[in-house]
Amino acid sequence: MLASILTIVLIVGGTVLLSWPLGRYMAALFSGRFKGADRLFAAATGGTGEQDWKQYSFALIAFNVMMFGFVFLLLATQHLLPLNPDGQGASSLDLVFNTAASFTTNTNLQHYSGESTWSYLAQLGGLMWLQFVSAATGIAALAALARGIGGQASMGNFFLDVQRASFCVLLPLAMLLASGIALAGVPMTLEGAAAVTTLEGATQTIARGPAAAFVAIKQLGTNGGGFFGPNSTHPLENPTFWSNALEMIAIILIPMACVWMFGRIIGRPKHAAVIFGVMAALLAIKLTAAVTFETAPTQAFADLAVTQDVGNLEGKELRLGATTGPLWAVLTTATSNGSVGAMHDSLNPLTGLVPMAGMWLNETFGGVGVGMINMFLYIALAVFVAGMMVGRTPEYLGHRIEGREMRLVVLALIAHPLLILGGTALFAATPWGLDTLGNTGAHGFSEILYEFSSAAANNGSGFEGLGDNAPAWNIATGLVMLIGRFLPIIVPLAIAGALMSKRRSAENAGTLSVEGPTFGVMLFIVILIFGALTFFPAAALGPIAEHTALMR
Amino acid sequence: MQYLLPSLRLWLVTFLVCVIGYTALVLGFAQAVVPFQANGSIIVADGRAVGSQLIAQDFTGPRYFWPRPSAVDYNGMGAGGSNKSPTSPGLTERAEQTVARYGATADNPIPADLVAASGGGLDPHISLAGALYQAGRVATARGLPAAEVKRLIEAKAISAAGSFAPERIINVLELNLALDQLAQ
Repeated sequence: MLASILTIVLIVGGTVLLSWPLGRYMAALFSGRFKGADRLFAAATGGTGEQDWKQYSFALIAFNVMMFGFVFLLLATQHLLPLNPDGQGASSLDLVFNTAASFTTNTNLQHYSGESTWSYLAQLGGLMWLQFVSAATGIAALAALARGIGGQASMGNFFLDVQRASFCVLLPLAMLLASGIALAGVPMTLEGAAAVTTLEGATQTIARGPAAAFVAIKQLGTNGGGFFGPNSTHPLENPTFWSNALEMIAIILIPMACVWMFGRIIGRPKHAAVIFGVMAALLAIKLTAAVTFETAPTQAFADLAVTQDVGNLEGKELRLGATTGPLWAVLTTATSNGSVGAMHDSLNPLTGLVPMAGMWLNETFGGVGVGMINMFLYIALAVFVAGMMVGRTPEYLGHRIEGREMRLVVLALIAHPLLILGGTALFAATPWGLDTLGNTGAHGFSEILYEFSSAAANNGSGFEGLGDNAPAWNIATGLVMLIGRFLPIIVPLAIAGALMSKRRSAENAGTLSVEGPTFGVMLFIVILIFGALTFFPAAALGPIAEHTALMR
Repeated sequence: MQYLLPSLRLWLVTFLVCVIGYTALVLGFAQAVVPFQANGSIIVADGRAVGSQLIAQDFTGPRYFWPRPSAVDYNGMGAGGSNKSPTSPGLTERAEQTVARYGATADNPIPADLVAASGGGLDPHISLAGALYQAGRVATARGLPAAEVKRLIEAKAISAAGSFAPERIINVLELNLALDQLAQ
């Protein structure tokens, strides 16, 4: 228990400390304080004039369409292209569609195993490139939103913001992290697989490749797509406790910094502290629950001659320490990362509920940039509910929140459960889902529920027992990822655009302060009620039913 | 159309910097500073590559220590876990086979890590208890005193990260290599 607490304090506490200076730096960067760099970026792309919300959104969509198209072509033709030492063949087009959608949307849901599917060119030039620019897209969108509701005249420029995020935030951090995990033992080579003869004389072929560079940006950009199939449970992707610590810090570092960045751009750091506190409280609850549930030994070994003095070890790695499974599971789903440090399908049933809850709420720090954007929707909802309770026109930072804005907020918030529950219902009732299950009964239902939650939340982790490389899964989750990505980015920009066009009122003694604990509690309650009411019935059919029926 | 040209130019600069430049720098750094790790930690013994220090390989004979079970049969080209729920009957059946293979009984229960498959199916380590549990079998098969095998286990046991992960673990391939060297 002591080791668990020490590990959590090291990882989470350490990252909180690091996130503050990073957030300050990012706020300065996106406020145009590095003029030399900005001139260089303007020269590189051109078209860097000020944009309103529509122009910013069109630029974002245009570039994202190009990201998707380029990587679709690259993946579809990889068998004809160089840098393919292990001779990977052509993939099915539905898998290519799903993978291109998955990495464009910062999801990194993987219906394949990297070491047996993609060439090094596809991994580096296609998937790793998207891991940079999709993360940069999210950070850029947050900067634009903050400028809009912070009272600036324009939303900035998308092409400039993507370069700021890619070159001044993601790239230097990725260089540091890649060097760190390479020193810990993650391979970085363009050589193909190694053939060895084992001590007993058998032949073993060991996949390797340029993993260190890939894994670093996978963790930092809340991407989560592993170089190897089993992600960061693979010893070459995560060889030691210390590579594991670095990779876990990288999961939440930028999402945390985004909250501070938001607060500084809108000029209200105290408001950011309240938001950070609410997110941290949610994280603490999930961590406590997951770590506690996972100390129960494996039910499957209960009647056998097996020592049951350690927690559930199925799907876990010894070198990463006992806490890694639940801790990583919470961090990766609190943010929209989706990498794994243990197999989520093999977690105890109630532990498995915690990552699902993380994806349902999707704003406990959340994805880089987009987590804070999701939180903005909940803030608008909380402000509205509070305004109704006291009978005043709801205001947020002097912006009057009216019917038009609330309709947009509700549209974005309702889309998330609709995609998850609608998709789950469809696949749980048809052979599309039923024929692909890796486990039966309530746990099988959980596999379907998890997959749609992961796609809609742009998370990318999975209950991997599911046979998800099938056309129905590839197409359905591909579409869910695209809607779940772009709707919650464009709609908040539209809301900010609507707020910008109205006159701001001065805050007075009657205005609900967004900088105090009252607002924090209000926000916390709104999130829990919305999340619990929406998803509790599905949770009861899946993990809760499995726990009550089968765990002793 | 006003967004097409800037998008193309953005594609070009991000690709040049974040794919080509970044990969080249990390590749150069890793190959120059830690070439052994950068190429997969491949161990060469007596002039032949016998495995990766980080990747479990299958051991079946009684003369060697056995690694944790692997849901993918130690396939270095297709790693993965069992993805079985703790309530799954399939997981219990697999565990029964492992228990039978080790001949574990209620009086001499087997440590859980030797029965549970790892996430990637390639975990190179077993627990100290898991190694000591196998010491008798290995000592008998090799005609070595049990005390000597246990001394070797103790020498190879490490804790993954001091106070943060105090449980002691052992790299199976390194332990088995040391056993073979003991014999020579």
